[in-house]
Amino acid sequence: MTTFDPARRKLLGRALAFGALTMLTGCNFDDLQHPDLADKFLRLMSGWNNEVQAVLFSPHTLAPTFKASEITRPPRFNAFYDITRAPQVDLAGWRLELGGLIGDRRAWRIDQLRALPQESQITRLICVEGWRVIGQWSGVPLRHFLRAVGADTRARYVAFKCADGYYTSIDMESALHPQTILALDFLGAPLTAPFGAPVRLRIPTKLGFKNPKSIVAMEVTNQWSGGYWEKQGYNWFSGS
Amino acid sequence: MNSIVMAPALRARARRRQPARTVIHPWPLRVMHWLNALAIITLIGSGWQIYNASPFLPILFPRWATIGEWLGAAIAWHLAAIWLLMLNGLGYLLWGFASGHFRHKLWPVSPRAVWRDARAAIRFKLPHEVGVYNAVQRLLYLGVIALGILAVLSGLAVWKPVQLWPLSDLFGGFFPSRVVHFTAMAGIVLFLAVHILLVALVPRVLPPMITGGRLPDPEWHR
Repeated sequence: MTTFDPARRKLLGRALAFGALTMLTGCNFDDLQHPDLADKFLRLMSGWNNEVQAVLFSPHTLAPTFKASEITRPPRFNAFYDITRAPQVDLAGWRLELGGLIGDRRAWRIDQLRALPQESQITRLICVEGWRVIGQWSGVPLRHFLRAVGADTRARYVAFKCADGYYTSIDMESALHPQTILALDFLGAPLTAPFGAPVRLRIPTKLGFKNPKSIVAMEVTNQWSGGYWEKQGYNWFSGS
Repeated sequence: MNSIVMAPALRARARRRQPARTVIHPWPLRVMHWLNALAIITLIGSGWQIYNASPFLPILFPRWATIGEWLGAAIAWHLAAIWLLMLNGLGYLLWGFASGHFRHKLWPVSPRAVWRDARAAIRFKLPHEVGVYNAVQRLLYLGVIALGILAVLSGLAVWKPVQLWPLSDLFGGFFPSRVVHFTAMAGIVLFLAVHILLVALVPRVLPPMITGGRLPDPEWHR
């Protein structure tokens, strides 16, 4: 049936194994300006996984909620920098800048946000690294805020910029989820600097890094803008 | 032993004047075996890197054994290779049932036969019969298929604890899902260790998984 040449087979097998090894174990996402073939393949698959997660996402499926006794204490700080370098935002001068497909783009002061109806949640934050914490956040449901400012909720994305240079964006379906809130309080008190003062996004249907802290600007847009970690290789949708 | 099961099929083929199957491993099995190997190695290597980002046992996997330089790359590899594993695995299950591979090669497997073959194997008295899986092999192959399914389900539960909450609940929540996923991986790695050790002990079984090999004349089994 076949002409079997063991030497040729062996060589072919070794070449394949070597190729696979060098391709797999090499650096990926190490040089963003010069993506290699593996980087391009991984980006392609990550894009496919975004689509799959959008299909899996249900606006009616709620993230589990927990009892007050289950809250993680002390709370766990996490950022791409040390806790001492968390941005100290001057509350009096702070404004939430609005941009993009929003009817009323006037900036918001913190007392204006506090005057809106607030909702509280005790939910679990799951980090992309695999650990999780339970915390209590309260603030303005994002869907209420988006309607209050006349945002075009048929747009595809809501993008956030932060005081520390961090940025990320989420899909509109997730932005309108009832548990997605602009959190002002954490554990019953106004947010402190390490935990995202004065306003952070709390979105328990996504991984931790999709919960930007110390937000200074929000944009409703059809333009995909990725994010700080997403640019480096984390999956953009990162739903839970 | 297996010839008794095979005999009617062989007779039917003879009536239709068609040659009986002559290869040890038919080509779909060989293709799927190596695609599966590629997917499994990628998934284990990247999975170890992902585990290292937040270990829950006092062990870390050595860097050289992991795939993906950092967590972001490891997750990207993991969530890319899973599609190969799932599509290939689905193809294998469909082919296995449709072709009669499972029925003829992996079934039946009785506890008595496993005990008999395991004792023989430990005393190195279990002969390798070309084209026939002994009871221990059958148990291991069925076991690793079950572990693969468990790994996929628990992995989905870790990936989507909110959207796939029934699956997450089935495993007892997010963290227990991680533990089940890790345990399934450990079982698969154990299987691989035995699998590769046996190939090293009986190297002549390797070429047929590439070329298909050739079954001895079925008449000899009669």
